[in-house]
Amino acid sequence: MDLSFVILVEIFYAVASLALISAGLAVVFGMMKVINLAHGEFMMMGGYATITAVHLGVNVFVAMLIIAPLIVGLIGLVVERLVIRHLYGRLVDTMLATWGLSLFFIGMATMIFGNTTTSITTPITGFAVGDYQINGYNFFIIFVSAVLLISMYVLLKTTRIGLIARGTMQRSDMAAALGYSPDRIYMATFFCGSALSGLAGAVLAPLVGLVPTSGGAYIAKAFITVIAGGPSLIVGLISSSSLFGVVNQIFTFGISPVFGDVALLIAAVILLRLLPQGVTGKFFKGKM
Amino acid sequence: MSRSWGRQDAATIVAALVLIWLMPLLISTYTLTVLVIYGMLALSLGLIWGFGGILCFGQAAFFGLGAYTYAIAAINVGESTLPMILAVIVPALFAALLGAMMFCGRLTDVYLGVITLVVTLILFKFVNSSAGPQYVIGEARLGGFNGIPGFHTLNIPGQPDEYIWGDALYYVCAVALLAVYFLVTWLLRSSFGRIAIGIRENETRVSLMGYDVRARKTILFAIGAAIAGLAGALFANWGEIVTPGLFSLGQSAEIIIWCIVGGLGTRLGPIIGAAGLAYLKFLLGQQSLIDNTLIMGIILVLFVLFLPKGIVPAVASLWKASFGRRSGRKPAGRRHMRRVDSANG
Repeated sequence: MDLSFVILVEIFYAVASLALISAGLAVVFGMMKVINLAHGEFMMMGGYATITAVHLGVNVFVAMLIIAPLIVGLIGLVVERLVIRHLYGRLVDTMLATWGLSLFFIGMATMIFGNTTTSITTPITGFAVGDYQINGYNFFIIFVSAVLLISMYVLLKTTRIGLIARGTMQRSDMAAALGYSPDRIYMATFFCGSALSGLAGAVLAPLVGLVPTSGGAYIAKAFITVIAGGPSLIVGLISSSSLFGVVNQIFTFGISPVFGDVALLIAAVILLRLLPQGVTGKFFKGKM
Repeated sequence: MSRSWGRQDAATIVAALVLIWLMPLLISTYTLTVLVIYGMLALSLGLIWGFGGILCFGQAAFFGLGAYTYAIAAINVGESTLPMILAVIVPALFAALLGAMMFCGRLTDVYLGVITLVVTLILFKFVNSSAGPQYVIGEARLGGFNGIPGFHTLNIPGQPDEYIWGDALYYVCAVALLAVYFLVTWLLRSSFGRIAIGIRENETRVSLMGYDVRARKTILFAIGAAIAGLAGALFANWGEIVTPGLFSLGQSAEIIIWCIVGGLGTRLGPIIGAAGLAYLKFLLGQQSLIDNTLIMGIILVLFVLFLPKGIVPAVASLWKASFGRRSGRKPAGRRHMRRVDSANG
C-alpha cells in the first residue's frame, strides 16, 4: 500500500518535471518554430540565478519564481534581438546559432562560477509514508507544473494577448495587416519562452548539483517531449510527458534508473516512427 | 568533359600529396593525425547532409560504434586487419537498419534529427553504465565510463608484431582520407550520387520518376556511417583508448559545426572546417585566459549570421570574382546562347 503510494507520487513527479522541462521549449519551438538548442543552458542560467540570489539573502521562493524567470527572460530578449531575430524561418540555421549560444553560455558560466558543483538545500522537508521517505519538494514541483500548464492554457486560449500571439505565429502577414507588429510579438513570445525555461531551471535547481554543463541533461528530453507532443501545444505537452514519465518510472522501478532513461528514449523512437506528427497530430486534433 | 575531370583529379592528388608531405614540418604528426581523422569524420557527414540532404544528429554514434567495434574485436582477435574491416561494416549495418526504419516511415528533417540524436543518447547511456563484469563481449570488458584501454593497435596486415604508430600512423590516416575523398568524388559522379543530389533537391519529383527514394537514402546513410566507422577505428588507434565520450552530444554537434563552418555541399569544406576548428581548439586549449567553449560558441554564431554558406563556397566565389574574369568569358557566352535557345523554343 505504502509502496504503491510512493510509486504513484514518483510517477506524478516524473510527468510533472518532464512537462516543466519542456514548457519553455514548447513555446519557443512549438509555437515559434525556433529550434532552441540553448534551452538547456537557459535552464542552467535559471538555476544559477536562483542560487546566487539565495546566497545574497533573498527568500528562496522569491528567487525561484520571480527573479530567475525575469533574469533568464531578459537574457532571452537580448539573444532574440541580437541573433534569433535574423534567423526566423531558417530552421537549420537557428539550430546551429542556438548551439553556438549554448556553448557561449556554458563558457560564460564556467568563467563566472567555475567548473564546480554549486547547490542549495531543498526548502521543503520530506516526510515518511510507512517505511518510505518521500521528498516533500516533489509535491511542490507537481504543483508548480500544474499551475503553469493551466495558466498557459488560460492565457493562450481565453485572453486577447494569447489570441494575438497564436494568430501571429500562424500568419504573421495577416497579423501585420491587422495592425500588430509581428516583430514585437515574436520578441515578447521569445521572452516568455525563455522565462519559462528559466523558471524550470530554477525550480529544479535544489534537486541537482549545478555545473555549467548541466543544461545538456535536459535538452534531449525536452525536445523529445515537445516533438512527440505534436502540433497542439498544451494537450501535446501533457500527453507526451505523461506517456514518457510513466514509461520512465515503470522501468526505473522495474530494472534501474539507467534503463528508465533508455526505455524513455526507445519509447520516443517507436512513437515517432508510428506517429511522425506527434500524439496530437493523430488524437485530440484542434485542441490547444 | 571527362578529360578535364581527369586533370582536376590529378591536380588534387598532387596537391594532397604535397600537403601530406609538408604539413609535418608545421604541426607535430601526433596532432595532425587527429586532425586528419576528424576531417574524415566531417566528410562522412558532409556526404550525407551536404549531398543527400539527411541531417543526421548522430554521426558521433557511428564514429563511436566504429571505435568500440575496433577495440572489442582487436582484444578478441589480437591483430588489426579483421577489426578494421569490422569497424567499417558494423556501423554501416547499424545505419542501414536505422535508416530503413526511419526512411520507410518517411520521416524528414526535424524528426530525423531527433531520432538520430536519441539513438546516440541511448548508446551513450548504455555504454556509460556498462561498468559491471557482466558486460563482456568475448574477452573484452566494456568498462563503462572508463572505456576500453589496452587493445591491439594497428599493425601491418599479416604481421601482428609490426605496429604502425607515430609518423607511420599519420601517413596511413592521410592516405586513407585521400582514398575516402576520391571514393566520395567517384560516388557523387556516378548515377547514384546524382540521384542522391536530386533527392536532396526535390524528393517527390525523384520518387515520381520511379526511383526508390527510401532505399537510396538508406544506402547513402549506410555509406556515410561506414566512413564514420573507419574514422572511429583510426581514432581508436590514435588515442589507444575508447571512452563513452565518443558518443556524446557534444561530439555530434561538433561534427555539424565543422560541416557548416567549412561549407555544406562541398567535399573539401567539411575537411577544412574540421581540421581548422580542431586545430583552433587545440591552440585555445593551451591558454587559460578565456574559456575555449565560449570562443567556439561565438565563432559558430558569427558564422551562421555572417557566412552561412561556409568558408569554402565563400572563398570560391571570392576567387571567381577577382581572378575568374579572363577565363569567365566562355561560360558567359554559353549562358547567352542558352538564353537565345530558350527564347527560340
